[in-house]
Amino acid sequence: MPTKKDDVYGDHISHKFNDELMELKTEFLKMGGMVEAQVENAIQALVDGDGHMADEIRANDKKVDRMEVEIDEEATLIIARRQPTARDLRLVISVIKMVADLERVGDEAKKIAKLAIKLQEEGQAPRGYVEVRHIGTHVLSMLHDALDAFARLDSEQALRIMKEDKRVDEEYQAAARTLLTFMMEDTRNISRCMSVMWVLRALERVGDHACNIAENVIFMVKGEDVRHTPVEEAEKVVGR
Amino acid sequence: MNSINPTIASEASQLNEERVPVQEERPAETVIEEGKTVGKPYTDNAKFKLRDVDVFYGDTRAIKKVSLDIGRNEVIAFIGPSGCGKSTFLRCLNRMNDSIDICRVKGSLQLDDQNIYDPKRDVVELRARVGMVFQKPNPFPKSIYDNVAYGPRIHGLANRKADLDEMVENSLRKAGLWEEVKDRLDATATGMSGGQQQRLCIARAIAVSPEVILMDEPCSALDPIATAKVEELIAEMSESYTIVIVTHSMQQAARVSHRTAYFHLGHLVEVNETNKVFTSPEHELTESYITGRFG
Repeated sequence: MPTKKDDVYGDHISHKFNDELMELKTEFLKMGGMVEAQVENAIQALVDGDGHMADEIRANDKKVDRMEVEIDEEATLIIARRQPTARDLRLVISVIKMVADLERVGDEAKKIAKLAIKLQEEGQAPRGYVEVRHIGTHVLSMLHDALDAFARLDSEQALRIMKEDKRVDEEYQAAARTLLTFMMEDTRNISRCMSVMWVLRALERVGDHACNIAENVIFMVKGEDVRHTPVEEAEKVVGR
Repeated sequence: MNSINPTIASEASQLNEERVPVQEERPAETVIEEGKTVGKPYTDNAKFKLRDVDVFYGDTRAIKKVSLDIGRNEVIAFIGPSGCGKSTFLRCLNRMNDSIDICRVKGSLQLDDQNIYDPKRDVVELRARVGMVFQKPNPFPKSIYDNVAYGPRIHGLANRKADLDEMVENSLRKAGLWEEVKDRLDATATGMSGGQQQRLCIARAIAVSPEVILMDEPCSALDPIATAKVEELIAEMSESYTIVIVTHSMQQAARVSHRTAYFHLGHLVEVNETNKVFTSPEHELTESYITGRFG
């Protein structure tokens, strides 16, 4: 755990304020860790056809949801009590937005788990699983790096994640084309391939959320909003 | 939050272990270069042009080479830790420092392109143009009416009683006090509440039709409701006056001002749009101060 001394949010005159911000950060990272594990396990459950694990993921999603509410409450209390400014304000506002992203990532994991159960019940036919693994690994590393960038306030790493997002989109398009050919080969494949397509779609969304988190990290560090701007703009902001 | 799945929790905490932040070493003390102000200290439509201003109390240099423009109809807030020189600087603007023998002011200070410190300048006239409201309400121990009428009387602004009545009413209205006191204008001012007294002082300041109003922590002795009323008043007055406010309440500066100037140990460290200062200040010291990292 980061200690107060080496943290830029930990040197206020009010120690209580330090504790509150540290707690917020820690809880956010804890939620991030949970969500990461959820996605990882969901992919595993799908690939292994592990219905038991898929059930567990669906149950855990409730805990993720609860964490979102708790972190939001904590952030609201900090605003009410401390009227944070500058980097403190940017931290609190960003955390409020980023927990929403994490919660959505949790939902995507749940979606994948549901599809894993469906696919398992219909019997194994591991078509498109290579793509699932590939994109899954890619977006998981993006999510991991985004949370890392948050913990380290590393805007350069955040920028790299923004750039990655485009690659995931391309991979998703390519995978969709592959699945389409399977469907054209044999119409009996359509239902199963569509399920796999939904899985890929969910993973692609995870990449988008990781990218949102990265944008918020840049806002926290640089104080400039890089949402809805071209990557070149974000590059300039980070370079400043 | 203790009820999370133990495997996930341990994994999560493992991940967190890895995420110990790598912080850059921050310099122990930020060096301030004299006369260097980050942000936007100058404006096009300047009421005050202040350049390389130094203020000494005896041998002590309280203000160090400060340059700043204050715009017409602008509300500018001066913030900074106690003893940083913000009140001293404020008092230069209408020569309130003249009354302190050991105080010397150097540099160029211009109001509408005229030297404020011109020895031939009529200080009484200057202070009529640049009015002041202080930290503690300081009404004269006279009636409410006489407090407001005092300025117009000594400046000979009203010849007839009817004119004076009108001025008093107008000023009290502008200060948002008329409805509360119109039936007791002869009552003594010191019997009013603190918030009312402060608004009376504002009415007294605006009775002589000043162009600029200097406010030295005008709300620090007031309760939240009276504070809100004074802030409301500042917003209204900014249409017709230039307002310079020194405040210890960061939220107040954020609420009422257009630009914010941060003073530190006699230096003017940063001047920027208020919105910028409170969301992403440019200077490390400004950031430390407004986020409560030192006081």
